Amino acid sequence: MLDIFFFATLNGLVTGLLLFMLASGLTLIFSMMGVLNFAHASFYMLGAYFAYSISSYLGFWAGLLVAPIIVGILGALVERYGLRHVHRHGHVAELVFTFGLAFLIEELVQFFWGRDTKNYQQPDVLDFPLFTLFGQEFSAYRGFMIFISMAIFIGLYFTLTRSRIGIIIQAAITHPTTVASLGHNVPLIFMGVFGIGSALAGLAGVIAGPVLTTFPGMAIVLGSIVFVIVVIGGLGSLAGAFIASLMIGLLQSYAIASDVGMPDLLELLGVSFERSHPLNDLWTLTLPQIAPILPFLLLVLMLIFRPTGLLGKREE
Amino acid sequence: MIPKLAIWSGFLVILLVLPQLFDSILAISILNQMCIAVVFGLSYNMLLGQGGMLSFGHAVYFGLGGFMAVHALVMIEFETLYFSVILIPLVGGLFGLLAAMFIGSFSTRKAGTVFAMISLGIGELIAASSLIFTDFFGGEAGVSGDRTFGPPLFGVDFARDVEVYYLAATWVFIATFFMYLFTQTPAGRMANAVRDNPERAEFIGYSARRVRFITFCAAGLFAGIAGGLFAMNYEIVTEENLNAATSGRVLLTAYIGGLGYFTGPIIGAVVLTLMNSLLSNYTELWMMYLGIMFVLTVMFLPRGFAGFIMMHQVAWFHGKLKTLALPYLITGLPALLGLIGGIALVEMTHTEEETFHFLGISLDPSSTTAWIVLGTVTIVGISGTRLSLKQLRSAWESANTPPSDGGAIK
Repeated sequence: MLDIFFFATLNGLVTGLLLFMLASGLTLIFSMMGVLNFAHASFYMLGAYFAYSISSYLGFWAGLLVAPIIVGILGALVERYGLRHVHRHGHVAELVFTFGLAFLIEELVQFFWGRDTKNYQQPDVLDFPLFTLFGQEFSAYRGFMIFISMAIFIGLYFTLTRSRIGIIIQAAITHPTTVASLGHNVPLIFMGVFGIGSALAGLAGVIAGPVLTTFPGMAIVLGSIVFVIVVIGGLGSLAGAFIASLMIGLLQSYAIASDVGMPDLLELLGVSFERSHPLNDLWTLTLPQIAPILPFLLLVLMLIFRPTGLLGKREE
Repeated sequence: MIPKLAIWSGFLVILLVLPQLFDSILAISILNQMCIAVVFGLSYNMLLGQGGMLSFGHAVYFGLGGFMAVHALVMIEFETLYFSVILIPLVGGLFGLLAAMFIGSFSTRKAGTVFAMISLGIGELIAASSLIFTDFFGGEAGVSGDRTFGPPLFGVDFARDVEVYYLAATWVFIATFFMYLFTQTPAGRMANAVRDNPERAEFIGYSARRVRFITFCAAGLFAGIAGGLFAMNYEIVTEENLNAATSGRVLLTAYIGGLGYFTGPIIGAVVLTLMNSLLSNYTELWMMYLGIMFVLTVMFLPRGFAGFIMMHQVAWFHGKLKTLALPYLITGLPALLGLIGGIALVEMTHTEEETFHFLGISLDPSSTTAWIVLGTVTIVGISGTRLSLKQLRSAWESANTPPSDGGAIK
C-alpha cells in the first residue's frame, strides 16, 4: 500500500512539474495579452521534435540546449508577425488564430517528420535507477525531470520578483501605457515574454519527449490539460498555476494507481444491481477508468462554482 | 419582400436541381455531406456569430443528436417504435435541444473565456465518457443502424443515397428557414445586443443570461438536427462525431465562411466539403493546406469569405465595381502563379515516385533543374504579387470614394 502511494506521489510530482512548465508560460502570456494561447502545447511538441532531430546528430544535451531556443524564436516570430496583426480584430479572432495555429503546427509536424512515433531516447548517462525502494526502481531520468522543472520554477520566480527585468514585465502586465511612457518598449516586452513562454514549453517538450513518446498527437494529449490547469489555478496567477499543476498531476497519478470504484462504493452502501441494469456501465466504473476525465470534471465544477479559479482575481 | 421571396425560392430550386446536374455517386455523397455541414455550420454561427459565444465543444450536441437518432433507427428496425424515418433528424434535434438545455443552464452564465473554457471541458468530458459508457455510445465501434426498415413513404425506402439527399435537402431548407427566422425575432435581435454589450442589455431590462440560454438552446437544437441527418446518411455514429476534432472543424467552417453573415457558414460548408472530398483525392497534404488557408483567413480576412464579398458593397453602390476587375486580375495572376509554384514545391518534397506529375507536367524530383525552375516560378509569383499590391490598393481606394458628382450615400 505504502509503496504504491509513494511511487504514485513521485510520478504525480513529475507530471505536475512538467505541466507547470507549460502552464507557467501560458498563464504569463494570458496575463499580458488576455488571450489563452491554444498553440502553447504545439510549441511543446515542436520542442520534442526539434530535440529529437538535433539529438540524432549531436546528442541529447545539444538538443536540450538548442531546441528550446529555436522554439522560443519561433514563438517570438508568431507573436510579432501573427498575433500582433490579428490583435486589432479582437479577442475572439486572437483565440481563433491560436487555434488555427495549433491545427497548422500539427499538420506541419506530420509534413516534416511523418505520422509515426519517433524513437527519441533519454541519454545513456541517465539510464540507471536512481534508487530502489520497496523493490521498485525510480529512474534517474525522472529525477532529472524533477530537477530541471524545479530549477525552472525557482529561476522564474526569482527573475519575476527580484530582477529589474521581472519588475518591468510585471508592471507591463498591469500598466502597459505607464510603462510605455517611462520609455520601455512594451511591444518588445510582449514579444519577449511570448518567446520565453514558448521556449519553456519547448523545454518541457525536450525533457518529456523520451518519457511520454514523441508523436504528432502529443500536443492534443497535453494541451487541454494545461488549459484546465491555467483556469483552475486562476487565469494569470503563477502561484495558482503551480498549485493546480501539482494538484492535477497527483490527482491523475493517484486515480490511476488506485483500484477502487463504484462496486466498492455500492458494497459499502449495501446496494447491488443486476448486470442487465440499463446503467450497468455506471455501476461498474472504477477510478482508474475515469482518471483521464477527472481534470475536465474539476474544470467544469470550478467554472460553475468559482469562475475565477483558485487564486485568480480577474473578473470579466 | 419580393427579393427575399426570390432568394428563398432560388435556394429551394438550387437544392432541388443540384442532384440533377451532378448525379454521380460521388457527387451525391458530397452533396449529402454539404447538407449536414450547412446545418451544423449555421447552428454554430447562431452561437458564435449571433450570440457571441465561442464554443470549443459544439460537436457534443451534434454527436448526442446523432447517437439518439441512430438509436431511434435501431428501435424502428426492431419495431419498438413505429414512425417514418423522415422524422429521424427531428429526434436528433430534440435530443440536442435537451442536452443544450441541461448544459446551457449553467454554462451560459458568462460569455467570453469562461464560456469557451466550459464548452471545452464539457466537450472533452463527453467525448471521454462516450468511451466509458458503452451501452449508449457503443465504445470505439460506435452505434450503427439501418435506415431502410421504416414504413415506406410513397414507396420510398431510402435505400439509395439520392433519396436521402432529397430528405436532407428538405431538412436543410426547413432548418435554414427557421434559423433565418430566428435572426429576425426579438430573441434573435437581443442575442446580437447581448453579444455586443451585455451590460446595456441588462440595463434595458433583459437578462443577458436568459438571452444567451435561448440562443444556446436553439443552436443545440439545430446541431442535433445536423447530427440526425448525419445518422441518416451514414447509418453509423461514433465517438469521433462528438470529439474536439469535429468541434474544431465546425469552428473552421463558420470562420472561413464568415462569422456574423447568415450566408457565411453556407459558403464555408460548401468550400470545406469540396476541399475535403475533392482535394483529398489528389494529395495527402490537404489538411495542411486547410490549416494554412484558415490561418491566412483569420489574419487577412477576419470576416471570412462572406465578409470579403460584402466588402464590395460600397464599390457596387457607386457603380465602380468594374473598375476593380483589372487591378484584381493584375494582382491575381502573379498570386496564382506563386500559389501553383509553392504547391508544386511542397508536393514535390513529399512525392515518393520517380517522376512527379503536376497539372499535366512531368518533373524529375532528383534533378536540381526542376527545383530551381519551381523555386523561380514561386519567387517571381510572390514578388509580382507584392509589387502589384500597391496598384490594387489605390484602385480599391478610388473605387470606395463616392463620385464627385453628388453620388453621396444618403
